[in-house]
Amino acid sequence: MSWLPVLLLAVPLAGAVALLAPSRMDAPSRGRLLRVHGLAVSGVTFALSAVLAATFDYGDPARVQFETDLAWIPGLDLRFHLGVDGISLPLVVLTALLTFLCFVYLCRGRADGPGQLLRPRAGGNRPRALVFTLLVLEVGMIGTFLALDLLLFFVFFEVVLIPMYFVIAVWGGRARRAAAVKFILYTLLGSVVLLLGLLIVWAQAGTLDMVALARAHGTGMSHSVQVVAFVAVGIGLAVKTPMWPLHTWLPDAHTEAPTVGSVLLAGVLLKMGTYGFARIAIPVLPDGAAAVAPWLGAFAVIGIIYGSLACLAQRDLKRMIAYSSIGHMGFVLLGFATLTPVGVNAALFGNIAHGLITGLLFFLAGAVKERYGTADMPALGGGMLSRLPHLGSLLTFACIASLGLPGLAGFWGEMLALLGAFDPAPGLSRPLFLVFMAVGGLGAVLTAAYFLVMLSRVTHGRPTETVHAPVLASSAVAGGSTGQGVAAPAEATGVVRAAGAGGGAHGSGTGGGARGGEPSGGGSGARAAGGGGFRDVMGHELAAWVPLVLLIVLFGLWPKALLLITDPVVRTFMGAP
Amino acid sequence: MITTAALVVLLPFLAAVAGLLGSRWPRHVRGDHPGGAQTGPERAEAERADLAAGRRAAWIAVVPTAVSAVLAVWLAFTRWAESGHDPGGPFPFEAGGGTPGAVTGTLTVIDTGSVPISLGLLVDGLAATIGVLVTLVALAVQTYSVGYLHGDRRYPSYSAFISLFTSAMLLVVYAADLLVLYVGWEIMGLCSYLLIGHWWEDRANSRAAVKAFLVTRLGDVGFLFGIFVLGTAAGSFRIADVLAAVPGMSSGTVVAATMLLLAGVAGKSAQVPLHTWLPDAMAGPTPISALIHAATMVAAGIFIVARLHPAFLAAGPTLDVLAVLAALGMLGAALAALAQDDLKRVLAYSTISQLAYMAAALAAGSDSAAVFHLVTHGAFKALLFLCAGAVIHAVGSNLMSAMGGLRRELPVTFATMTIGFAALMGLPPASGFFSKDEVLVAVERAVAQGPLTDAAALLLYGSALATVAVTGAYATRAWLRTFFGQRAVVALPEPAPGVAHVIDTREAPATMRWPLIVLAVPALLLGFAGLSGVHWGTAALSVAVALLGAGAVYAVWRSDPLSDPARMLGPFRVPCERAFYADSAYRALFARPVLALARLVVRTDDRVVDGAVRGSGRAALGLSGLVRLTQNGNAQLYVTGLLAGVLLIAVGAVVFG
Repeated sequence: MSWLPVLLLAVPLAGAVALLAPSRMDAPSRGRLLRVHGLAVSGVTFALSAVLAATFDYGDPARVQFETDLAWIPGLDLRFHLGVDGISLPLVVLTALLTFLCFVYLCRGRADGPGQLLRPRAGGNRPRALVFTLLVLEVGMIGTFLALDLLLFFVFFEVVLIPMYFVIAVWGGRARRAAAVKFILYTLLGSVVLLLGLLIVWAQAGTLDMVALARAHGTGMSHSVQVVAFVAVGIGLAVKTPMWPLHTWLPDAHTEAPTVGSVLLAGVLLKMGTYGFARIAIPVLPDGAAAVAPWLGAFAVIGIIYGSLACLAQRDLKRMIAYSSIGHMGFVLLGFATLTPVGVNAALFGNIAHGLITGLLFFLAGAVKERYGTADMPALGGGMLSRLPHLGSLLTFACIASLGLPGLAGFWGEMLALLGAFDPAPGLSRPLFLVFMAVGGLGAVLTAAYFLVMLSRVTHGRPTETVHAPVLASSAVAGGSTGQGVAAPAEATGVVRAAGAGGGAHGSGTGGGARGGEPSGGGSGARAAGGGGFRDVMGHELAAWVPLVLLIVLFGLWPKALLLITDPVVRTFMGAP
Repeated sequence: MITTAALVVLLPFLAAVAGLLGSRWPRHVRGDHPGGAQTGPERAEAERADLAAGRRAAWIAVVPTAVSAVLAVWLAFTRWAESGHDPGGPFPFEAGGGTPGAVTGTLTVIDTGSVPISLGLLVDGLAATIGVLVTLVALAVQTYSVGYLHGDRRYPSYSAFISLFTSAMLLVVYAADLLVLYVGWEIMGLCSYLLIGHWWEDRANSRAAVKAFLVTRLGDVGFLFGIFVLGTAAGSFRIADVLAAVPGMSSGTVVAATMLLLAGVAGKSAQVPLHTWLPDAMAGPTPISALIHAATMVAAGIFIVARLHPAFLAAGPTLDVLAVLAALGMLGAALAALAQDDLKRVLAYSTISQLAYMAAALAAGSDSAAVFHLVTHGAFKALLFLCAGAVIHAVGSNLMSAMGGLRRELPVTFATMTIGFAALMGLPPASGFFSKDEVLVAVERAVAQGPLTDAAALLLYGSALATVAVTGAYATRAWLRTFFGQRAVVALPEPAPGVAHVIDTREAPATMRWPLIVLAVPALLLGFAGLSGVHWGTAALSVAVALLGAGAVYAVWRSDPLSDPARMLGPFRVPCERAFYADSAYRALFARPVLALARLVVRTDDRVVDGAVRGSGRAALGLSGLVRLTQNGNAQLYVTGLLAGVLLIAVGAVVFG
């Protein structure tokens, strides 16, 4: 019996419940308290996860540690069974970290900064509801990774959906309602199938204890039952992962979700699907896995190619990153499909790496969207490296990490997955998997292609294109710059001709516009053009992003840090020596 | 010894980190603050801050590279002293990681669940030799860049990327494990991408950078798979273990592995058919072309073949393929070089052609000749590029039609570049004479004996001799067009892409001049290391052929010094200039179909895959609409339904009961 996992769930839950208490404070001080509250609760949770990681016994990561096993519903023999081993530990820490960073991002900035969701505003941004939702989301996410009872796992798996639905539907973009409805219906449908699969396992094996089921390694279940159960569980998890062709909820959800929603969706929610494969589907149903693996591998590599090609023709930055997730998850699934220890290690590594890298990418895409007012690449123009050099550099870094450059975290997952496919588990067709490997390798080239083309379009070139910036279309700008011959008509229609270092004549024209606006008294809009609208990376953003950058470099240069704890567990699960 | 090697690798890496993060820290006023809303004093202060950052970055870049170079030289020297000079070989090194003199050290072993990865370094003669080449050229280029990019706002990141590149290349050189080598291999590619795109304001540079990265990455995927084949067959990724296991592998395994490795080699070393990125890569600053695209990174492909040469020798078909590719590449690239007007593109095609010489030596079975030519080529091609940079710096254009008669204005550049061209043509006593002689002798021997099939060996030999003539021709043409004759007056409205933005027809500053002089020494004298091995018969033949090519160009040029001697190619001139349309063919065959496919996928995703999802939603709504028809609030209908149900159940009970 250990209190640490229980505390990991109890702290954010208590933090969320505390928000329900009515308060009599005035709005500004309530806003300040709210920020401190969110930051503190998620910070304590992250600290607890750090304690968990620090006291974890790395000598024996295959053993379930910090176990808590209480009776939950005795009549049905359901147990409140939590614990941590080498597979779940990195994911728990990742979840706590990303949630904390999201709160850092939300709470540390100036209250009136662009894109600040916690800004109290007339008509309601509902800051309290957002903090509440995110904390409940954290409970569900951490619980999923801690649960060691099949139904408890399912409950946490479902708990996550509701807050994420609200995050998208309330704080999302223009088409948020449709995206949110699609998200919740699609994933609920997947969950139903997952539940069926779990119930089949329960009915056949007679227990819901994941540890006992994994130890049994499929004994007691006939081949056909295993296949049916694996297909059911697999489809349920594949919707979440998402696997081609069950992916179409993802681009819409990502495009419309607010920045923190996208970060958590890509960074943690997708991991729940792949975690399910590593924790339940493959160790509990080995025969089923062996029968379905070729199909899983085929869908995985189709996903890799399909996602990459779709990225190549995208216009919207966030949508492109969403499709890139499909490609990366393809590599993760390919790792699972090989059914080798190296493949599963690859999948778990790729999982963490994708969480860090894509989390960072969505933070950056969100920052771009806040500044430019759009994430449409043609409208972004180019020259971000000269207009916003730090943001452009970070975007370059994240893209390069995501395309799987060795020395950064993204590489090891992809490389080991391909290595697994080169030498798949006995019983699987080697030529088939060699084809998968070759196709996956081509996918890696295409991945590089779309990221570099995107970088070329957005960060390179001269920043002289016009940018629609609806935030700035105030009369103050137009009024203040009437004296500027060329620039004035453009600005009067709400179009700001953006300036940059290489902008030449255009640049000086706009600079004049900004200067001209300030003395005339209508300077607030002009300042927004020069300052708030196109400010380079700000302090709170840096605070949220730097930890991710550091971890990406750390795991890239020292992959042993992760493989050390996953490998023993994987070997135990796969029955390998 | 391993600690020293680790230091050699790590110092430039730390310099890169420090240069990227530390050049402007604590924070200075940025020169490009958004909106351009700067007053005069602010801008002046920003410029001062830029200059200060540049100075600091220069120190951060040059000093660690210099220390690294000293350590690398020391490493090579101790290594040479310990192993004893081998009098038989033409060049003091021996191939393979399994040689007794090799020293390896392993930091840790990473269990992957399959074949483990060992983080380790290896120092043997080959690594020590190439390590010296890399650090010295890097030092020369870093010093040169201080002058070449003086006042460039992005100099700090530029020099940091060079440091990162140096570190990655040294990791490739000293790696004891194939996957560790692959890490360095890819990081080199990244640095190449970043540096080609240094002047990213111009879309053409950005495109060239993307192309370079993608083409090499295509080859690298094959390279990675080749590593898988070798590693899985040997049960280890350590180079020594792999080479020890090669004799026990089936020939199919070895051929498959080496063919796949060859893809990576072709990509990195710009060999046919993956050579098209290198001429475009000349969009980068000239010092980058000297370091990455002439002396070091493109030589990495040759290095890896030399490193794994025992495996390649066991795979006859691979050597044949390599020989044919080398034969095609060396002659084709030399002809393309003869027709280019851009001085840097001439040198780029020349690099492809010379790398093909090294590949030819490897295919002929002589890795020592290949490495010898690699080292001398590294010296003289880096020299040629840095000289070209000085010329471009002075003229303000890459085009030879804008040059001419520069020997009086740029005497130092003229003298050093003449040495470089002599080495390139293989004229004695320059270094290229000796190394090219070694290569030709190796190829000549391969005709009589050795692993190559006769046809491939003959093709290779004929192509090598023909290329010697063409090399003489294009080198002479470039030399004459740059330094002799008269300068054509061409109006330059703005600097062409990839050009230093300073125009000043004077000799370059000292930081640029000294590296030229220092590099000219090895370019001239390095060959004497192999003096004992010269085969005078072959040497006389090759010099005669080279002079023949040079004489032809000179004769054509004399008849009309103002026009281009490339006119002697006649109708072949345009195909040569377009490098035989390889780029257009690739665009039509690969780039366009992939983009079309991408658009198709997006349409399919919207209409079919997501269409099915939306369709199921609509179907559910429609179905519910049908069912709703029965819920119309009409009690009569409900009672009728009830009675009908009871009747049905009753009938059922009677019939089936």
